[in-house]
Amino acid sequence: MTYDLQWNILWTGENGRWLLEGIWTTIRLSALSWIFACGLGVLSGALRTAPFRPLRALATCYVEFFRNVPLLVWLFFWYFGAPQVLPRAGQDWLNLHGPEFWSAVVALSVYHGARMSEVIRAGIQSVPKTLFEASVATGLSVGQAYRLILIPIALRLIIPPATNESLNLLKNSSLALTIGVAELTFMTRQVETYTARAFEALTAGTLIYLVLCLTIASVMAQVERALRIPGLIARGVRSES
Amino acid sequence: MSIEVRHITKTFGDFTALKEVSLEIPTGELIALLGPSGSGKTTLLRVIAGLEVADPGSGAILFDGEDATSRSSRDRQVGFVFQHYALFRHMTIFENVAFGLRVRPRKVRPSESEIRERVSALLKLVQLDWLAARYPSQLSGGQRQRVALARALAVEPKVLLLDEPFGSLDAKVRKELRRWLRRLHDELHVTSVFVTHDQEEALEVADRVVVMNEGRVEQVGTPDQVYHHPANPFVYNFLGNVNLFNGRVEGGKVHIGDMAMELPEQMRPDAETAVVYVRPHLLEIDHQPTNTNHFRARVEHINPAGPLVKVELISEWGDPVQVEISQERYRDLRLKKDAEVFVTPKEKKIFVEKYSI
Repeated sequence: MTYDLQWNILWTGENGRWLLEGIWTTIRLSALSWIFACGLGVLSGALRTAPFRPLRALATCYVEFFRNVPLLVWLFFWYFGAPQVLPRAGQDWLNLHGPEFWSAVVALSVYHGARMSEVIRAGIQSVPKTLFEASVATGLSVGQAYRLILIPIALRLIIPPATNESLNLLKNSSLALTIGVAELTFMTRQVETYTARAFEALTAGTLIYLVLCLTIASVMAQVERALRIPGLIARGVRSES
Repeated sequence: MSIEVRHITKTFGDFTALKEVSLEIPTGELIALLGPSGSGKTTLLRVIAGLEVADPGSGAILFDGEDATSRSSRDRQVGFVFQHYALFRHMTIFENVAFGLRVRPRKVRPSESEIRERVSALLKLVQLDWLAARYPSQLSGGQRQRVALARALAVEPKVLLLDEPFGSLDAKVRKELRRWLRRLHDELHVTSVFVTHDQEEALEVADRVVVMNEGRVEQVGTPDQVYHHPANPFVYNFLGNVNLFNGRVEGGKVHIGDMAMELPEQMRPDAETAVVYVRPHLLEIDHQPTNTNHFRARVEHINPAGPLVKVELISEWGDPVQVEISQERYRDLRLKKDAEVFVTPKEKKIFVEKYSI
């Protein structure tokens, strides 16, 4: 028996709209979570190197707590568990604005924020200590030294591992289907259920993820190129003498 | 600004880097902290800069007579130059130098045109104005170190502190830069302290040299004083190559082989042994015995390359002895390997205790 490929099911009826909606939800979910994860990551990653023990301890607690629990468990926790202890007004807001989506944003943000934090910490720690001392001796406050010297240099160093982490975040957003977020994987499953065309639907899903990830990777590569410091080696750039 | 270090002790775990160090640096002087690795010279510099905190209750750092011990390095108004430059690599040379001025609070920040003027003047001073738009990684080591110096000077420091500033440069650039630093200091007269393990550098550049060893100050003096009047065998040993001869003390004289030398009066008269230190160029070689004190030796090795000929001898009591003679003398002597020679010390230092590195 041969399987009769019918690619047109992907755009007949409601299916095309579903897939587009899925893509849009995946992008929104990933982008929002990415922004929060980066914020949390930079803050806690910087604090983990701070010259002040209580701050370091606080950041370490955050990282170890959130990265050592499976993402799936975090999704369930933030969807089923956390809203119950919210005050009434918070619960009402959530119910109005889609509790699945926001729970998924929180779960992805805290989990990937903790992982991003490690990337940032490694970046800051690979900046020579004398640069910090040079900053302070030049008259910068500790905050200025971080904001103007250490973090800008560290961020450039960590673009490749941060790209990796961003791709992971996008791919992990598919887990949100378990709490009912209608993102891309959810929608491909729906197309499959309605058409009984598993191969076509899942191939479409696969290729869409691939395109999304390749787009991110190439954008990050361009960012890396644009921010490169003249005279240092960067990917895909011939250094001029 | 003058600096005074009073009884500073600094420990890292079990290791004592500085033991009760005291030092006075008058305004406008250029001081070298000289010593071997682990002597505490860099730690002392970092304590003065406020990058390292001395042990609690161990003493004080005074700037112009005012206690600065608890001031942060940001508030000490020092310029610091690091061995490995530590330039802000994501900024141009111009921005590196301008940065200390740009980050000042608005009230005390110079205007943009003043900043431009001052940075341009500084880059001219370090002869790098033509590289203002480059990035640090596009510069050579010597150029980077001059940028670091300009950056340190931009904030108009009261004190300039340099940690092995020429340590990672090659020999030729190092020599050029240290002469240049000397001239710069003569122009600016800002109180400066630099750390080095290179005795030649310290003796050539500094007004005064602080010789350090094992967390203590061994001697402070002008280059001439520490070189010609070393306070102890360590200083003599550290400031150049030296031969050691162990001698017996008898009747106010030191005896080594057939030689007898007067024991200096300030020495302990009850000492039984003494060590005679002689620099390689202060030993004379002859084929014939001389009237004065001498000992016999055999030529082991000759290295004629360089301004002086280095001759390695084995003394009559079997110890190796280093001698340096002029090329002219070498030709006159027609020295060959395994020749028997007579060696006369022209000048020596006698110490009762012994020190070897």
